[in-house]
Amino acid sequence: MKKLDILLDNKILSLIIIVICLASFLKPWLLINGILIGSLYSLGSIGLSLIYGNLKFANMAHGDFMTLSSYIALTLMMFLFPNSENSTSVGPFTFKYELLMVMPLAVIIIGFMAVILDKLIFKKLRKLNATSAAIALCSLGLAVSIRGLIQFIWGTDSARFPRESKLFWDLPFRIKIPPDMFFCSVVAVIIAIIFYLVLFKTTLGKAIRATSDNPDLARITGINTDRIILYIWFIGGILAATAGILISVQQALITPVMGWKILIPLFAAVIVGGIGNPIGALIGGILIGITGELATGWINPSYKPAVYFFVLLIVLLLRPNGILGNKGRQF
Amino acid sequence: MDSILYFFIGFLIMSGIYSVFTVGLNIHWGQTGLFNIGIASFFLLGAYTAAIFSSPSPNLAKYEEYLWGGNFSQLTLLGVDIWFPIILLLSAFICILVAIPLAMVTIRLKEDYLALVTLGLAETLRIVFINETWLANGTRGMYSIPRPFDYINIGNYDYIYFVVVVITLIFVYFIAQKATNSPWGRVLRGIKDNETTMIASGKNVLKFKVEAFAFGAGIMGIGGALFTHGKRFIDPITFEPMLATFIIWSMLMVGGSGNNKGAIFGSFLMWGIWTFTQFLPGFLSDANLRFVFVGLIIILFQLYKPQGIIPAK
Repeated sequence: MKKLDILLDNKILSLIIIVICLASFLKPWLLINGILIGSLYSLGSIGLSLIYGNLKFANMAHGDFMTLSSYIALTLMMFLFPNSENSTSVGPFTFKYELLMVMPLAVIIIGFMAVILDKLIFKKLRKLNATSAAIALCSLGLAVSIRGLIQFIWGTDSARFPRESKLFWDLPFRIKIPPDMFFCSVVAVIIAIIFYLVLFKTTLGKAIRATSDNPDLARITGINTDRIILYIWFIGGILAATAGILISVQQALITPVMGWKILIPLFAAVIVGGIGNPIGALIGGILIGITGELATGWINPSYKPAVYFFVLLIVLLLRPNGILGNKGRQF
Repeated sequence: MDSILYFFIGFLIMSGIYSVFTVGLNIHWGQTGLFNIGIASFFLLGAYTAAIFSSPSPNLAKYEEYLWGGNFSQLTLLGVDIWFPIILLLSAFICILVAIPLAMVTIRLKEDYLALVTLGLAETLRIVFINETWLANGTRGMYSIPRPFDYINIGNYDYIYFVVVVITLIFVYFIAQKATNSPWGRVLRGIKDNETTMIASGKNVLKFKVEAFAFGAGIMGIGGALFTHGKRFIDPITFEPMLATFIIWSMLMVGGSGNNKGAIFGSFLMWGIWTFTQFLPGFLSDANLRFVFVGLIIILFQLYKPQGIIPAK
């Protein structure tokens, strides 16, 4: 209830919420789309928020982890199941069974890649006592390198997973949902719940939260913080990779720049929810998704990235610590 | 033989233009520690300001969609193109106008937020210039942009433009050097090294940071205008982040952040590597490998040589 009070306290914020409600009342189909897309953004932003909150820097390479996971899944699929183009697709969805098999594999590869990259780059930077901006700059360099590598190996053209066209689900109020989008959102929500359980119900989660809150104190109480940081990278990588594959399934398109393009809405979601707050990132992601989709009802859809940018600006102007009103150290 | 010479002059012109950006970025990152990864936004603003103001009004017969051209290129005094410096200053002014409110919103917050906002601004501006065709011809781009001192005829125009770029670069370097060595510049370096001490000694840190951001953005605007009149063609794709932001970062990292001479040296070195690796045999000349290289340069210099090749004194 206290959180609700905080929301109602801020007049401008209430105004924004009223505008969103009004808009979704006028065009409800956009609201549904927004929630579904927002759940995918949430999955990406939870991982980003975890790394941002614990390691105290903005990981610019997060988007490119997402792109890379899609390409790795695609390659694994071509390599392990060469005739997946002709196989049957799952139920009402457009993707094939094989994708469900290679997905965990690709996700775990990205998780380990994140851990290795930490050992190669970010651990050294932490030892050098680099500022958070310098570490973020390195992650930017990493993002550029990963994108270059992707374009070198897979080319600059867009790709897609083997798929079969299917009808959209027609619901009342002009709501049309592609079945894939529904599937992706459900998976995103399940992964988010699993992550929540790990963070709040296990010893590992407790250790992660302790390290985030006060690394020195955590070390004194016998937590191996170096190891915890590796877990954080692993979980962050897994979340990014899952989000990446789901987004490329939902868009039916994989492009080398898709991860970079999604960085702004992800960071907006992280800041809306408060840095380092996984629940906040979940809410933030859905809010960003809704705002972006609702805006397309009145504004030229190609301005969607600009809408995300303005949401980011407005949040920084009004509530730089996030709308939940914490100081960015929730866990 | 001539073609090699022309190629080399073209290379020097581009390096000189990139040097202007790197000096601007040096004010942001090297002096003050402001993390701007949206150089492309000021590049774009400067370039489009110069293009729109200097081009004549559109000729309907060419199916051009933009509505307004300033036609400043008719402005001469005693046969000398005084419009060119006016355009440069105008571009700088527009960039400063955009930079100040942006800085006021974000600089009071965490340092990373400036990076996110500048990144978003670069994307947003690009989308605006793609969609608003009435403003600057959309994706078809502005072309046949007037160039200064076009009436001097010595065979290859690039020689003249090379002189123009060098003079502008010297001018920018002189201003940046003057600012760096002034008391104002010392406060900026103090902010970078230890912000708390600066606050304790009674400096209005926020004001200094906003001023530094605006100053650097203005220099980047001059760079954008120089680019426009050199290339004579710009479209929104010119301002993709790779060639408009990342490579400039790698130049500053290589040359040495905090040092204007280092910044210029880094620009020439990195643009040289970028240009001449396309002559390598086989897959080595692949443009995407150069992306990887630029990214690795940023990481490796941060890890092993954070001061760059020519460190700040």
